[in-house]
Amino acid sequence: MINFERFTLANGLKVLVHEDRNTPMAVVNVIYDVGARDESPEKTGFAHLFEHLMFGGSVNVPVYDEPLQLAGGENNAFTTNDMTNYYCQLPVENIETAFWLESDRMLSLAFGDKSLDVQRKVVCEEFKEHYINKPYGDVSHKLRELAYTTHPYRWMTIGKELKHVEDASLQDVKDFFFKHYTPGNAILVVAGNIDAATVKELAEKWFGPIPGGEKYIRRIPAEPKQTAPRTMEVKANVPLDALYKAWHMSSRLDERYYATELITEILSGGGSSRLFQALVKEKKLFSNIECHHFGSFDEGLLMIEGKLVKGVQMKDAEAAVLEEVNKLTKEGISEKELQKVKNKTESMLAFEDMSLMNRATNIAIYELLGDAELMNQELERYQQVTAAQIQEECGRIFNENNSNTLYYYSNN
Amino acid sequence: MLNRTIAPPIKDAVEFTLSLKPYTKYTLDNGVQVYAIDAGGQEVLQLEMIFYAGNSYETANTVAAATNQLLKNGTSTKNAFEINEAFEYYGAYCNRSCSHETASVSLHTLSRHLPSLLPVIKEMITDSVFPENELKIYKQNSKQKLSVNLKKCDFVANRLIDAYLYGEQHPYGKYSVAADYDALTTDQLKQHFNQYYVNGNCVIFVAGKLPEDLFEQLNTQFGSLQLKAHNKREDIANSLAAATEKKYRIQNDLKGVQGAIRMATHFPNRHHPDFTKMMVLNTVLGGYFGSRLMSNIREDKGYTYGIHSFVQNHLQDSALVISTEAGKDVCEAAVIEIYKEMKRLREELIDDEELLLVRNYLIGIILGDLDGPFHIISRWKNIILNGLDGNYFYNSIDTIKNIPAEELKQLANTYFAEDKFYELVVI
Repeated sequence: MINFERFTLANGLKVLVHEDRNTPMAVVNVIYDVGARDESPEKTGFAHLFEHLMFGGSVNVPVYDEPLQLAGGENNAFTTNDMTNYYCQLPVENIETAFWLESDRMLSLAFGDKSLDVQRKVVCEEFKEHYINKPYGDVSHKLRELAYTTHPYRWMTIGKELKHVEDASLQDVKDFFFKHYTPGNAILVVAGNIDAATVKELAEKWFGPIPGGEKYIRRIPAEPKQTAPRTMEVKANVPLDALYKAWHMSSRLDERYYATELITEILSGGGSSRLFQALVKEKKLFSNIECHHFGSFDEGLLMIEGKLVKGVQMKDAEAAVLEEVNKLTKEGISEKELQKVKNKTESMLAFEDMSLMNRATNIAIYELLGDAELMNQELERYQQVTAAQIQEECGRIFNENNSNTLYYYSNN
Repeated sequence: MLNRTIAPPIKDAVEFTLSLKPYTKYTLDNGVQVYAIDAGGQEVLQLEMIFYAGNSYETANTVAAATNQLLKNGTSTKNAFEINEAFEYYGAYCNRSCSHETASVSLHTLSRHLPSLLPVIKEMITDSVFPENELKIYKQNSKQKLSVNLKKCDFVANRLIDAYLYGEQHPYGKYSVAADYDALTTDQLKQHFNQYYVNGNCVIFVAGKLPEDLFEQLNTQFGSLQLKAHNKREDIANSLAAATEKKYRIQNDLKGVQGAIRMATHFPNRHHPDFTKMMVLNTVLGGYFGSRLMSNIREDKGYTYGIHSFVQNHLQDSALVISTEAGKDVCEAAVIEIYKEMKRLREELIDDEELLLVRNYLIGIILGDLDGPFHIISRWKNIILNGLDGNYFYNSIDTIKNIPAEELKQLANTYFAEDKFYELVVI
């Protein structure tokens, strides 16, 4: 059980406090309800570029990092297709420094040319490092474009192309800030050796005076139901052929999400999982194979990907993958196998809660999903999944007309 | 009216008193020592068995790593699938890792499942049989993985810089090529296993919410094995064969858009009095987000997504390494800037403001890093495996709080001399 208290400031900022008396530290986590899905198709990568600019100084504080480091703190941030999250950890005695810094950048940024100019370059290098200068680095880009025709999950958080990042203007930055970075669009979570009354006082003092701004209403085009299989072939300068298959799955808040998560565990949750055992160990068709899903708020993708053993034909490898997922769909799973993946989930959740930072971030994410209390119900939801539900969900997901396949060939 | 231009008062982190929670030590019947930290709010624990079975002891390249990996691939009563399932049924994770001196088997589990899992670990470390078929799959998949990694400039650069620093025969400098995997035999693995696991030197670290009968559980499973305690720091005689040529430019990928830059110089290990002092100087240079290298090369010039400097965590010979991936066209400019930052540290005193910031930052990081049983045991493990004691921790804190700027400048002159650096760019 993760305990927390919750209150809302007059300007709309939601505040949650998680008290933990066993730590000398405090975490201040601010999540903004904006991600790459809120970008326009002509200006992708912007939410993430903007995250970088949030460290370039705010209206009253020329630099963000130095005062925090001076207070013995460290910080970072991440952007996904659904959200942007900022977090810092520091000795609890100095927690007011974090309130000062976070509230000032929620109030307004400095909007300097230099910061934009430099961060455009930095993000371009990040783009190159992770998506261009790595073998198979463009897979996620290609697979998204194949699987989504309409929904903004069509592009990656880093952006569709370098040019979108290079072309970002200071006016774009300002518009984005005033549209999305308002108190009503944010959630503040404070965790650590501090009580709710103290947090409330500090929150009123530093965040209370920020004008509420206009509430952003999300209007995202829904992805039409896929009705026929889609495939794409790529030839690239990579050493091994690789197979990528993606199927549409439920959204995060759908009850079916829990069965889907267990399906990925059954298929590739470890050395005794089905795909690894059948395709790497017994048939020796793949040198590695993995199954995972986006975990995205809107309807996401479940993916299976693997590199083929040299000499194996693509069609044989694909047939073997399909044989495994069809077997799961037709024959279902035993109670023992179901218990195994539930046990694994229980243990995963317990290890996640070890760190104060994880607890703070998770509270923020669940609150953004609708209610932080969901976090405390997760285990039970997984426990309630039945073998029949798993089979039913497999039938829905592993339907040929729901599949997107990327054949990635080595031209070496 | 709130004045947002004035920072709230802070307590300087250097005023904090830090303490490292002491461990409880047990000795099993065979002399093997167990270091334990009982803490934490979740019903979980981690157990790590360290064997002196790393690549310093192997008779041929990559034997130590292969032996370590294949500990989970078959005993006389269980095949690989059954071993994996024995852990995964309980939601537990059993990992292996192989380093230069040591190799380990670790377990992460809900504390209540420990009695079901220890017997499986015992079986792995006493009765692994290294089936021919498992080795065959391991060789094939390792070679495939290597072929992908060799396309990455950072992977290639990491291997080469170590080879320049220590020589390709040295355990810290050698690396695997496809032919090494081809040459592996089950006999080599069995021999390594028998000598360094079954009859090996072992030390155990355990942390988390510990069961009351932890010691009895461990002693029952491991206390009567042929394992021995590891009492003193192993001094394996490795002769350093550093390269004479210092500067390298390698074209690994004709279409590469970035270069992996590595600059490195030899550096003493933790027993040298300069080691903890250099932690402070290294932080200033490239050890945190606000470092000189980050401020200049990322935040001012935008040449890279990130640049870091660090001292390698080696028990014996070591090195200080600067590492970054930068745009292909700005690699040479980045190298020049790196030298400029070293020069500044050699010639100018770090001012009080920056030095206080770095002291506070480091103390804050250590404070946060002492939070939770896994972090605490990881500090103790480092201290114990390096043959040090708790004083090392308190001396480090003292150094961070008090080292004067003049001394840091002297250290910069000793260790940041340009001609001592190896310089490598792999595109």
